[in-house]
Amino acid sequence: MTEIKMYIKHHCTIRDRSVYVNGQELFVSEESSFSDFSKSTYRHFGISYPKFFKMDNLSKLAFLAADLVLRDYGAEERENVALVFGNRSSSLDTDLTYQKTIDQEDQYYPSPAVFVYTLPNICLGEISIKYKLYTENSFFVFENFDPSFFKAYSETLKSTGKAKTVLCGWVELLEDRYDAFVYLVSDDGEICHSEENIKKIYQN
Amino acid sequence: MAFILDYNCVTPLGKNLSSTLTGVEQGHSGISNQEGFGRGSFFASVIPYSIDVLSGFTRLETMMIRALEEVIARNPIKDKSLLMVSTTKGNIEYLRGSQVTEKVYLYSLAKQLNSYFGFSSEPVIVSNACVSGVLAVSVAKRLIQSGIYDHIYIVAADEVTEFVVSGFSSFQAIDRVPCRPYDAERAGVTLGEAAAAVLMSKEKGEIWVAGDGSINDANHISGPSRTGEGLVRSIQSALNEAQVSAESIDFISAHGTATSYNDEMEAIAFDRLGMNTTPLNSLKGYFGHTLGASGLLEAIVSFESMKRGILYPSLGFENLGVSKEINVIRKKESKDIRRLLKTASGFGGSNTAVIFEKVD
Repeated sequence: MTEIKMYIKHHCTIRDRSVYVNGQELFVSEESSFSDFSKSTYRHFGISYPKFFKMDNLSKLAFLAADLVLRDYGAEERENVALVFGNRSSSLDTDLTYQKTIDQEDQYYPSPAVFVYTLPNICLGEISIKYKLYTENSFFVFENFDPSFFKAYSETLKSTGKAKTVLCGWVELLEDRYDAFVYLVSDDGEICHSEENIKKIYQN
Repeated sequence: MAFILDYNCVTPLGKNLSSTLTGVEQGHSGISNQEGFGRGSFFASVIPYSIDVLSGFTRLETMMIRALEEVIARNPIKDKSLLMVSTTKGNIEYLRGSQVTEKVYLYSLAKQLNSYFGFSSEPVIVSNACVSGVLAVSVAKRLIQSGIYDHIYIVAADEVTEFVVSGFSSFQAIDRVPCRPYDAERAGVTLGEAAAAVLMSKEKGEIWVAGDGSINDANHISGPSRTGEGLVRSIQSALNEAQVSAESIDFISAHGTATSYNDEMEAIAFDRLGMNTTPLNSLKGYFGHTLGASGLLEAIVSFESMKRGILYPSLGFENLGVSKEINVIRKKESKDIRRLLKTASGFGGSNTAVIFEKVD
């Protein structure tokens, strides 16, 4: 396989009530619950996308981080952006919500609108719909964020012509603990797409 | 290049590949009437024999171990080997109330299997709705291409649980009789459970992965695209990579869940690609919809179709009930199959297509 040179072009981190884009802290919220935090973030960045409010929390988290990376990226540049996402807790946050609706015989009210979010890849569907990405999609689960896997897999998508650029995301959420790191891997940029750099930006 | 070296499965039709295939050959279905979850009777494809659950493991993990152990016994783990797990809900049976225990984490399930078999690298889990099983093949092929791993053992499984039965019921998506993919009378899925295992390798085998694609519909999270856009693009991506035409596909092992929308969407996609006369089946009539296992299980049975030169009928199908002409296999027939297309589609707008070819 030929060596390809790729770069981390844009990145966004959302954790501890704060939003960072390309290393700059752009927003800090007072809200401690994820639900309120996500709403205040949505408003702060002037996002206008009513479907957002129907999403489950994992999709909201993934959507916000992806939006803050892709929003300034032109339609042409967004062509063939593959999505490679993963997390630790899969869709357990919504699984819990759904489980509560079937736990008790007298309170048995399973909802299709909740059930559909009991799969972690739904957040990829939400991002694809927003940006009209008819592109490669895959969702993985790991115990912890593994930069080496994300690096290898996204470079393979590029070198085999399956994608032009790759939006990678670690989007972990369970109850009010959340940690999102979304970054765009591209042909051009200034930060070399190395394992060390991915790790360094993630840990910052 | 990535080759298929070996495979096995644990299904309602049998405890291993050969007994499962005997069931398919004889036209048996694993689907039966079930009572349970306190909500009346429903049809599902549930393993009818007892799974002797290994101490320290769950029933699902034991099913996965049983599927994979034969493959590992024949092909011991070497350097640069990886365990890849495909599942949608894993041990969701253990989720009760608001308690999240270690068991319900998918990574925990994968780690259990990883240490049972003695893999040295961290396992990779693919959880991408109903395309997970086929997507795992595609991911494994790409990782082998990249040179990071030389041998990837994929194991895929899901169970019939109250969680998924109630969820599909809430969508009114479960048929009151065994599922009838592509049929005019079809009225929804029948859920099923199974475990399937495949060894992929850079070492030469009889079948290889010639092309693949996994492209989103970008349309709706719970309903398939009305134009089949993501599936069409996934198949085109696979055809382009394999450098073959749609006409050169000898057989399609399709998804065919038997919901009205899914089957119609597939027919539209195959029609757009001019694949109206290519023989096609859905194996859901034999196994039900086994979710994260389905794509891998159906690929395995279709590998046997290739090797034996036999097309298996699409069980439950009588009269075409989709708006485009497609060639649904009605009875068992002989055919030289050199090139197989396996497809799947699922929630989140996901689609995957993989082309398998016999090695000359």
